[in-house]
Amino acid sequence: MAASVAVAGAQHLSSVSDLVPDWARQEVSTGTTIMAVEFDGGVVIGADSRTTTGAYIANRVTDKLTPIHDRIFCCRSGSAADTQAIADAVTYQLGFHSIELDEPPLVRTAANLFKEMCYRYREELMAGIIVAGWDKRRGGQVYTVPMGGMLVRQPVSVGGSGSSYVYGFVDSNYRSGMSKEECLRFVAEALTLAMERDGSSGGVARLAVITEEGLERRVILGNELPKSTI
Amino acid sequence: MALSYTVESPSPGFNFENSTRNVVFEALLNEGKSKAPSPLKTGTTIAGVVCKDGVVLGADTRATSSEVVADKMCAKIHHIAPNIYCCGAGTAADTKQMTDLLASNLSIFTMNSGRNPRVVMAMQILQDMLFRYRGQIGANLILGGVDCTGNHLYTVGPYGDMDKVQYLAMGSGDLAAMGILEDGFKPSMELESAKKLVRDAIHSGIMSDLGSGNNIDICVITRQGVDYIRPYEESAYKDK
Repeated sequence: MAASVAVAGAQHLSSVSDLVPDWARQEVSTGTTIMAVEFDGGVVIGADSRTTTGAYIANRVTDKLTPIHDRIFCCRSGSAADTQAIADAVTYQLGFHSIELDEPPLVRTAANLFKEMCYRYREELMAGIIVAGWDKRRGGQVYTVPMGGMLVRQPVSVGGSGSSYVYGFVDSNYRSGMSKEECLRFVAEALTLAMERDGSSGGVARLAVITEEGLERRVILGNELPKSTI
Repeated sequence: MALSYTVESPSPGFNFENSTRNVVFEALLNEGKSKAPSPLKTGTTIAGVVCKDGVVLGADTRATSSEVVADKMCAKIHHIAPNIYCCGAGTAADTKQMTDLLASNLSIFTMNSGRNPRVVMAMQILQDMLFRYRGQIGANLILGGVDCTGNHLYTVGPYGDMDKVQYLAMGSGDLAAMGILEDGFKPSMELESAKKLVRDAIHSGIMSDLGSGNNIDICVITRQGVDYIRPYEESAYKDK
């Protein structure tokens, strides 16, 4: 999958007087805040909507919650190109697998497919992914596949550059057994706090709820985010 | 190398042999205090807007080679299919090659399947190709078109990342053009307002960016057909 034509040092052919500014030549990254929480009956996932090329916001309304299958989503952080390519590849593999089985796929299967790709190509890729969804065997599940290709299931997971700012909030405010509405408010508040402090996160907050019944997507615009006391 | 009577056909795809030569070349030249010639880059302003009846794409027409304007009437809006056009910013050769490859692929598909190509297909092919070359191909593309599923505007970057958007500007003049677009864009605009908005965006890129200039090209794609207006507006500083 990874092309092997890269020649060391050839990437910057004309370095000096370029009319293209530095930030336009940098790779597009989803410096991000992503989050997922399990509850009884499903999962709530959320992400900000900012994609940056250096200091320029290339897209301020990005959708980082990517459907992999009917009841399985992934939250993407890291390089936009790498995560889009990985998500496309896994969507294909999972769809094929599901048709072979004639059954909806397991969230764990999707997570493993992500892990295989992220671990095998760990040197070439820059991708931190949270896989979340619902299946009949284990209900709502959240699996995190950070950079490097680890795979671990967690009841609540945050990722991306903005996650550093909300570990404390998440650790102290998470309780097991929250309802769907409580989870939604929890995710919205955590995203807001991260977007306030992290320069690479911002825009609108995109949320999604995945349950047995189906999928519910919400967008919270910048001015509708929960207000903090400061 | 021994003589051979068989024709050696060149291997398909891109050839990066010159990259190593260029690196060595640059090192040698810098010791002699002179500069290697830089590849022709379209320091550019390109923009696209989705409106009610279709998609409007716009571009300036200046191609630069360092400080010299190499081409004053460069065509940056490339034909991909009768209903899909693509604006390219970045290295001129790369954008031209990518769009030509894409156009060939899509016309073969059309002949094979008897279907009109969709904009999302063009985007997938571009994204796949650019991701495979991991940023070595310096092409920033705005892909716009009208197909049976509606009016679409995509951007594909050199690393293979894509975004689906309603309005967009790319190139060195994109900051200036984006300002105009953010201010003036409304969802489901009328065609004439969309043309004016794109023209204003390119004009502001031309005024505020050294790498953009000369004339403004506009391409209007609707269900009825394509109106490729080249030039839409000529530069005030044209030679008499």
